[in-house]
Amino acid sequence: MTDIPMADVRIDTAVLSTGPKISTSGGGSLRADGVTAWFGKHCIIAGVDMDMPAGSVTSIIGPSGCGKSTFLRTLNRMHELVPSAAMAGEVRLDGVDIYGAGSRPALMRLRIGMVFQKPNPFPTMSIGENVLSGLKLAGIPCRDKAEMTERCLNKAGLWAEVKDRLGAPAGALSGGQQQRLCIARSLAVSPRVLLMDEPCSALDPSSTKRIEETIREISSQVTVVIVTHNMQQAARVSDYTAFFLADKGEPGRIVEFGPTGEIFNAPNDPRTEDYIHGRFG
Amino acid sequence: MNALPAAALPQPRKVRRNLRELAERPLMILALVGVAMAAIFAITPLSGMVGWALCTYVGFVVADAFDIYRTDGPVVAKDRIATVLVATAGLCTVVPLVLIVVYVVSKGLGGITRSFFTETLESVGPADPATVGGAKHAIIGTVEQVGLATLLATPLGLMTAVHLTQSRGRLARVTRVLVDAMSGIPSIVAGLFIYTMWIVRFHEGFSGLAAAMALSVLMLPTVARTAEEVIKLVPNGLRESSLALGAPEWKTTTRIILPAARSGLVTATVLGVSRIAGETAPLLMTAFGSDAVNTNPWHGPQSALPLFAFQRVRNAIPTQIARGWAGALVLIVLVLALFTLARAAAARGRKVLR
Repeated sequence: MTDIPMADVRIDTAVLSTGPKISTSGGGSLRADGVTAWFGKHCIIAGVDMDMPAGSVTSIIGPSGCGKSTFLRTLNRMHELVPSAAMAGEVRLDGVDIYGAGSRPALMRLRIGMVFQKPNPFPTMSIGENVLSGLKLAGIPCRDKAEMTERCLNKAGLWAEVKDRLGAPAGALSGGQQQRLCIARSLAVSPRVLLMDEPCSALDPSSTKRIEETIREISSQVTVVIVTHNMQQAARVSDYTAFFLADKGEPGRIVEFGPTGEIFNAPNDPRTEDYIHGRFG
Repeated sequence: MNALPAAALPQPRKVRRNLRELAERPLMILALVGVAMAAIFAITPLSGMVGWALCTYVGFVVADAFDIYRTDGPVVAKDRIATVLVATAGLCTVVPLVLIVVYVVSKGLGGITRSFFTETLESVGPADPATVGGAKHAIIGTVEQVGLATLLATPLGLMTAVHLTQSRGRLARVTRVLVDAMSGIPSIVAGLFIYTMWIVRFHEGFSGLAAAMALSVLMLPTVARTAEEVIKLVPNGLRESSLALGAPEWKTTTRIILPAARSGLVTATVLGVSRIAGETAPLLMTAFGSDAVNTNPWHGPQSALPLFAFQRVRNAIPTQIARGWAGALVLIVLVLALFTLARAAAARGRKVLR
């Protein structure tokens, strides 16, 4: 259903390959406007408004089942891949509604990448092939493959560990390395925004630290939105924080959104304060 | 990094396997089995070999469980009963298979001579010894028909599987029901279908192609449903991460999902081939059978190993029957060789990566 005509991809890739590289682009601004999402008749999130400025890191925190991941998945049209899923509202990337008429999901996902909770490098490909897989899959030509591989792995903080075995299978890496490989893979297609769905929840503390460093490093070039259960992590990496909460039987809503320092030090809403101090959730 | 010197490492401890304990309690169990058997024979109308075997088995299970219960309690005893039953079920599957293979080999090995692979039955009379004539024509026919059927059914089956797994919507559900129904088609009906549709209606003669078409009707559902199950096993995360990279769905399917399911898809094809390689009924009205070599699968009657075996064994002459057994043996070996080859190919592909 998301089969795009080749001509469409070509036009887009022409722009991408001659346009600014990751190093110079400053990330895209993402804006959610009244985002509401359903699975069947069950409403998961309702009326979420959120502004994710270009080049910033925004974290989304909240208890399990409050719709954080669902919200994240509406931001690059992954939500609609689940049968019976539906959404309302608008998501604007640099002012353009990604759900607008004529908008192609595959092209939107090319600009708004995603890293998942579980590291999932492509098992049939080597480490190097994994990094370039996005370019290959999206049909983007790449002139200097070696340079691209090195640049992306460097950004993801993995280059030093794998530079001598780029031909090795990706499945042989440790979990933390696999997740950084997935980040490198996402960066290779030069996205404007990178969504991360609990990227460290399956990893040990040292791998988590590496990934947090990576997030800080790439944030000048790509807007990052990260869902996390780890509040210290949200405080460490993000510029803005959103607190989601779902009352029993109610869809999840945004309780408070603002600069991370404010949310953690002087929240306006008592529920935010209770959650941050571990009094519920 | 700093491994201990080998001498300092302890020996790995041996974990005791459940069934091995059996040897340590033979007397007790034997006595109990004896008592149990006598009791069962006394109160039930069982008799004869089968009754004896059944009683011994039941007696053994009960006595063994009781013996364990006495020393280790009910939980261990229940575990023991389950172990014994599962082992029995495994044996029940393996034993008939081994018996069939042993029987076919013992009956057919005598007919395997050089001439069996190099000669045909063209000029063989009923009284000729088994060393004259062979099944060259049938081997050629089987290879061509099964090969053609595989070429026809595998792409269709794989595409059906992709359709069943990757598309939502009503059509996929209807397709699944139809494929299931198709797998229930009796093989003779597949043969009749091709006979009426192809040979009668279009005035095509008997040919290897007609046989291949009938076989592919039987092969398609096996390949499609097995491939569907295999593709379903590919983690959804792979599909999602490919789509999240901006890949269109067709590339996600062809470059990520199908390669990840590769070895399983080979298995699906092999299962399909073994499903059809031994089919006799659909060949009767399509390939028809022949005693001479016909290398052209597009035209003229062809023989095939199952057909060859069927026609020989129906004879009353011992030498002919021996040829039939030899044909069956060659067929089994052929399928086994194919299976091994496909498995090796799939394993080699996997070893390179992963």
